[in-house]
Amino acid sequence: MYQYRRFNNKNSFFQKFGNLDYILLSCLLILGFISLATMYSTDGGEVLFHTRSHFIKFVVFFSMMLVISFINIKFWFSLGYLSYAVILGMLIWTINFGITASGSKRWIDLYFLNIQPSELMKIFIILCLAKYFHRMKAQHVNSFYSLCFSLIIIFVPMSLVIIQPDLGTSLLIAISGIVVLWFAGLNHKYFFYSCLLSIISLPIIISFLKPYQKLRVLTFLNPDRDPLGAGYQIIQSKIAVGSGGFTGKGFLKGTQSYLEFLPEKHTDFIFTLFSEEFGFIGSVLLLLIYSIIIYRVIRIGALSRSYFAKLFCYSFGTSIFIYVVINMSMVLGLLPIVGSPLPIMSYGGSSMLATMIGFGIVMSAKTHSQQSIA
Amino acid sequence: MININISDSATKLNSLNRRMFILATAKIIILGGIVSRLFFLQVKENKKYLTLSDKNRIREWKLPPVRGEFQDYFGNTIAGNFEAYQLHIIPEEVEDFRYVIYRVKELLELSEKQFKKIVKKKNEIKPWETLIVADNLSWEKFSKINNHLYDLNGVKPVISISRDYPYKENFTHVLGYVSQANENDLLTNENIKEKFVPGLKVGKTGLEKSFEQKLIGSNSVERYEVNAYGRRISQLAFQKGDKGETIKLTIDTKIQELTNELLKEKAGSICVMDIYTGAIIAMHSSPSFDPNSFVFGISQDEWQLIRNNPMKPLVNKSLSGNYSPGSTIKPLVALSALENEIIRPDFTVQCKGHKNPLELYGQTYHCWKKEGHGFVNLREAMKQSCDTYFYEVARRLGVDRLSVTAKKFGLGQKVFKDIFDNEKKGLVPNTEWKKNALGRNWVLGETIITGIGQGFIQTTPIQLCLMTAQIANGGYKVYPKIVANDKKLYADKFTPLFKNSRNIKIIQDAMFSSTNEVRGTSYRSRLDDPKYRFAGKTGTSQVKKITERDRELDLKTFQIPYEERDHALYVAFGPYKSPRYALSIIIEHGGSGGTVAAPLAKELFKMIVDRHEIRKNYDNKKYLDI
Repeated sequence: MYQYRRFNNKNSFFQKFGNLDYILLSCLLILGFISLATMYSTDGGEVLFHTRSHFIKFVVFFSMMLVISFINIKFWFSLGYLSYAVILGMLIWTINFGITASGSKRWIDLYFLNIQPSELMKIFIILCLAKYFHRMKAQHVNSFYSLCFSLIIIFVPMSLVIIQPDLGTSLLIAISGIVVLWFAGLNHKYFFYSCLLSIISLPIIISFLKPYQKLRVLTFLNPDRDPLGAGYQIIQSKIAVGSGGFTGKGFLKGTQSYLEFLPEKHTDFIFTLFSEEFGFIGSVLLLLIYSIIIYRVIRIGALSRSYFAKLFCYSFGTSIFIYVVINMSMVLGLLPIVGSPLPIMSYGGSSMLATMIGFGIVMSAKTHSQQSIA
Repeated sequence: MININISDSATKLNSLNRRMFILATAKIIILGGIVSRLFFLQVKENKKYLTLSDKNRIREWKLPPVRGEFQDYFGNTIAGNFEAYQLHIIPEEVEDFRYVIYRVKELLELSEKQFKKIVKKKNEIKPWETLIVADNLSWEKFSKINNHLYDLNGVKPVISISRDYPYKENFTHVLGYVSQANENDLLTNENIKEKFVPGLKVGKTGLEKSFEQKLIGSNSVERYEVNAYGRRISQLAFQKGDKGETIKLTIDTKIQELTNELLKEKAGSICVMDIYTGAIIAMHSSPSFDPNSFVFGISQDEWQLIRNNPMKPLVNKSLSGNYSPGSTIKPLVALSALENEIIRPDFTVQCKGHKNPLELYGQTYHCWKKEGHGFVNLREAMKQSCDTYFYEVARRLGVDRLSVTAKKFGLGQKVFKDIFDNEKKGLVPNTEWKKNALGRNWVLGETIITGIGQGFIQTTPIQLCLMTAQIANGGYKVYPKIVANDKKLYADKFTPLFKNSRNIKIIQDAMFSSTNEVRGTSYRSRLDDPKYRFAGKTGTSQVKKITERDRELDLKTFQIPYEERDHALYVAFGPYKSPRYALSIIIEHGGSGGTVAAPLAKELFKMIVDRHEIRKNYDNKKYLDI
């Protein structure tokens, strides 16, 4: 009882219930519904494996998010380092005992489900760094020691993911971490210099890339170089989006996906299918929903009392924004193809789990907005 | 202490909110970028991508076009289409190709060689293209396959349209034949390339080739929606193609069949022509072959048999056989001499026969008759085909003036211009030609033998026919045609080819005497009924020089080796009272024109004159309902 009261602070269960952000919840539900409809379309207008599985995952993880909402934000604060360490352990486990699929070791078998720790790391690195900077005094943020420590926090999981190999996810993990650093108040010049450095060292980095990764960069620069090979995905994706037109081809009428011209239509390229069937209007609407979600997340941060909650919400909202932008830019031919799912829309349990945990913590920050963390 | 703490967290919060604001601005700009990209792809470039998407999903299958037909003058189909029973497989639609193909092999009793060919073909085509396993099955095998279809997943029995030549070898050299289009056809003819489908048959020779553009028709097109792997999902449209044009020829099948009959077992050619319209009534080259055997690819054995036949069935002798005209040139020599006023009809020469040959400039020139013809004038010389007389005429005329007349009458140039690609020009020599072509000066002796159609001069049977036609119609230019509705206009059609029409009359009369008067060279082949009576001129062209020894031996034709026998020629026109048709007959290595070639004309004219009535009535639509 005491324990409960401590975590609960002074809010009762019903107060918390009333404190939930219902706009954010309904937007997530709408997005879930859209993603289910799109999944139904990828299955060719039948309820098949992907639709069913996606539905179950969405329902389970959405409920889990609600549960998380009622847990005090302090609990998540206290869990910051530990969860990071656990995921790190899982990543190391993956390297040794992971399941290999299409050339990379990304999953670990938990008997009832296969989990991809790298996806979880995208969220827990934010949690960990938010906790780290929460306690720090403003003048210490730019100190050499803190910089080194935070960079180590970012580089360790990143390199563990790179050797899987999974360049896309490792980049997203790094971006999530860097976003936190940015919000924590790291000096602008560090970002400026590291940008400069990475541009200068780009040729060197490219020379270290694997042949298939080099091919992707080349293909991005000129997709027509090999239209049936490396450029196939991006060309077909652009054709699908472009042929959708203003109003789209109609639900279940996307010929590009229905006739199997689209690759990876369940996962990374799900937006292509959506865009083909619902056109410009639908795509802008989807973007609008994402914008509202991100706006609500940031608003929750702004209204939170604790620095930790603010930092987490801002970073998480920004990360979601970056995932969406990277995924869309990729399928629209603005960025090279890197494996990056579209949050909630794409098929994939780990990604859904991580995203929902993130939203759960955000929602917890909302229900405990008055909670201060020492 | 608390103050410091508060100010510290205040700085942190300030910095956090400031940075959030900066990032929010950046986010709005980036979102704007994504939306504008979407707008660019989906609204501005929509048309382009919609086309690309349709190109992705819609694939067209061309079906072979239905080839146009050939008809004879009376509308009988001489090259048509029939329904061929075929067996097609689209490899990607077959689950177990090996099993199916072995099963088909068993059912059709294919030989190992045929089987290997099919498997090889399968490896060459794309998996969604049609593999033609058998192109002309018998009804028994076709129904057998149909009975076993339950076991042959993906095998399609197809009733296809294919070429049929009902008159077999009769029209081979006129029509040519069709066969599978090969790479060369695709390279040389854009139209074939455009309409190509596996199994497309195209014209290889003759009119089938010349009129390919008109005959080929257009493909029917099946439009299917396909998935990324090329599998057909649904049929979107079927666009029916047009059949190729039907081409009507001027040929009379009955006469054509008779020519084939007459030339049976012989090598040679017969051409029959309307002397006013230039319409080809019959044109046959013998031996011929059955073009139907080429439609589905000829077997190697059969091909070797045709190719190695010493009588050369593959050569269209009517158009591409170059022969010395022999005595058939004499009407033209006489006409040229009369026109140039070198001689008058009563010009007389003494012929002493080849016992006492004519000696000119150290060479001897022999007449074909041993005893000689005595004193002969123009008419007698033509009638009995006296060589000595024409040696003298040619000597006086000179080769250059002769060549002018010969060219005027159509020798030395292609008769059909570009309709037949295998037509030869022949050769009308003159002094200038020899100097340019052989680099030597013309010798008078060559003029003399040219007077009897030997030496350099070369003519094709169709040229001789045209020459005769133009003499028969009173000396007016005609343009031969083989396509009935050929409306080509020639400015110089029916322009007179003579200076004095009396000269033509004299030649006609001389040719009449040659056939219808005692001692005429073709007197035995005459028809006495005035309705059928015709006039002609025989010719016997030497293939090799006759030596003194040959003359002493005086062998009969059958005693000479085939290759050294003379060509027998005959040109004629009739009916004499009001001429309408001209013909030329050549029997390769047949012997003397009077005994071998002329008798054929007798048979021909009987039918030609009878058929003329029918032809006239058909023109007046009297027999339309037959």
